[in-house]
Amino acid sequence: MSGAPPPALSPRLNRLAPLVIFALLALAPLVAHALGAGHWVSLLTRVMILAIAALSLDLILGLGGMVSFGHAAFVGIGAYMAGILVHEGIGDLLVTVPVVLVCCAFYGAFTGAISLRTQGVAFIMITLAFGQMAYFFAQALYRYGGDDGLTLNARSTLAGFAVLNNKLVFFYIVLAVLVASFLLIRGLAGSRFGRALTGCRDNATRMASLGYDVLRIRLTAFVISGMIAGVAGILLANHTEFVSPAYIAWQRSGEFIFMVIIGGLGSLWGAIAGAAAFLLIEEGLSGVTEHWKAIFGPLIILFVLFTRGGIAGFVARLTNRNGGGHD
Amino acid sequence: MTEPVIRLAGLNKAFGALVVTDTVSLDVRPGEIHALIGPNGAGKTTLIHQIAGTLTPDSGTITIGGQDMTAASPQARSRAGLARTFQITSIIPSLSVEANVALAVQAHCAHPLSFFRTAATDDTLNGPARAALERVGLIERRSMRAGALSHGEKRALEIAMALALEPRAILFDEPMAGVSREESGRIVDLLASLKGRYAMLLVEHDMEAVFSLADRVSVLVYGRIIASGTADEVRTNPEVKTAYIGEDA
Ligand SMILES: Nc1ncnc2c1ncn2[C@@H]1O[C@H](COP(=O)(O)OP(=O)(O)O)[C@@H](O)[C@H]1O
Ligand SMILES: [Mg+2]
Repeated sequence: MSGAPPPALSPRLNRLAPLVIFALLALAPLVAHALGAGHWVSLLTRVMILAIAALSLDLILGLGGMVSFGHAAFVGIGAYMAGILVHEGIGDLLVTVPVVLVCCAFYGAFTGAISLRTQGVAFIMITLAFGQMAYFFAQALYRYGGDDGLTLNARSTLAGFAVLNNKLVFFYIVLAVLVASFLLIRGLAGSRFGRALTGCRDNATRMASLGYDVLRIRLTAFVISGMIAGVAGILLANHTEFVSPAYIAWQRSGEFIFMVIIGGLGSLWGAIAGAAAFLLIEEGLSGVTEHWKAIFGPLIILFVLFTRGGIAGFVARLTNRNGGGHD
Repeated sequence: MTEPVIRLAGLNKAFGALVVTDTVSLDVRPGEIHALIGPNGAGKTTLIHQIAGTLTPDSGTITIGGQDMTAASPQARSRAGLARTFQITSIIPSLSVEANVALAVQAHCAHPLSFFRTAATDDTLNGPARAALERVGLIERRSMRAGALSHGEKRALEIAMALALEPRAILFDEPMAGVSREESGRIVDLLASLKGRYAMLLVEHDMEAVFSLADRVSVLVYGRIIASGTADEVRTNPEVKTAYIGEDA
């Protein structure tokens, strides 16, 4: 990786920022209810679901330095398995979640074992190719709607109870999964494994000469990341009550990368902020003009060019103003 | 005598038509500094890469600690007790100085990739890391980002990382290259203090440093070892004078 390092995030900021984000999210439904803006609950649910996916990508992209352009495939596997199991009448989360975790682990182990033998642009292209293969595979699932996608006639149940049908309960379940994913990935980042992963990002040759198995470390992170993205997929299918090949399209993978970069690579809580910024700006612009993509694209590029360290870096600079530590 | 820690026998390596290692045989005994000198492009770095496992020789054998490691991975050689420093400094820039060395300690401890052990506050890692930093004189810099160190300090950090592996043998590829006079003096003192503890192969351009440090010196020219012996034997060797030292003066 080249270029000046982004501003270092102080430990205090890294402790406070997620607390603030999660507190705001926890209070959001109450505020929305008070303002009579009930549809915000649904929008924020979507934000949190995609934030889980972005967060999982940050594990390999931000901490691991692996620019995977096929991350949407994991979300797609989770969404499709959730949809298919509901369709087949066994749509209980006690079945869905283990099935999705196993499928994503296998898909991640298989595609990772091949793509992680390459680096740089080749890695991007191979993950993109695997993503497209998953996309065409989904298109060919005629039993489950093929090109048109599959509408879920019901949401997944939890131990037989239709808890996800309640908007508010669904919101807080998604929030709980988001918090759990965050704590899991942050724990990983601070562990021996996480430090070794950072080492492999910065200098794989050095890590190998220290005796580390670089491929194994990267592959482990890749698989874990994919499994978490799969869980996001389950939630996404239940939220939209619909799955289609578009969930796996390369544009989706690109959007996840944008979210992570906008948030600030490797900052984790930044990925949540990045997903929120991405979806809220998209929502705002698409309400103003149908050509919103023409505005949104350049906006993102400007943002990436002019803010080193993304939202997390921006907040770090703001809060560092008065006598923050420098190195 | 004691078994050499590193033994190269009839090593050959070519890049296309360019022969960079030509029937090289050499050994490094426990506790000694064996210096490898030779003009630029002689194949010194390529030889280090073959010993460390980042390049494979075309033929010949590499034995480390009595085991045939000719085809072993760099990781396996590291686990067999081999450490190295790179000609181009090679550190983990975004981690702290202490974390860099702790990463070396971690590599050979019981659960190097544990998901559940917090790395930053782990004294089983940080203790040995600080001891190694103390030895190379970097202890005061331990909380700094490694990427922000001066060039000379980065070289010292590399040595600390090598020491933290508790190796039997260390390969040094021009540890004083591009370093200020003062800093290179400190590195010479450091290497001298390591004598007797590790088997060391030292590639170095600074003749004064080489002749003051090395127990034995081998001279590599166009991939071939043209002379090998004590510092005095090599210094007075006429072939070496014409091929290398004469040209340097
Ligand atoms: N990967 C490579 N491919 C082709 N030629 C190489 C490669 N690496 C080094 N060389 C060549 O091999 C020769 C020896 O290089 P090197 O081992 O770096 O020399 P030294 O360290 O003694 O200065 C040089 O001529 C160099 O250009
Ligand atoms: Mg060299």
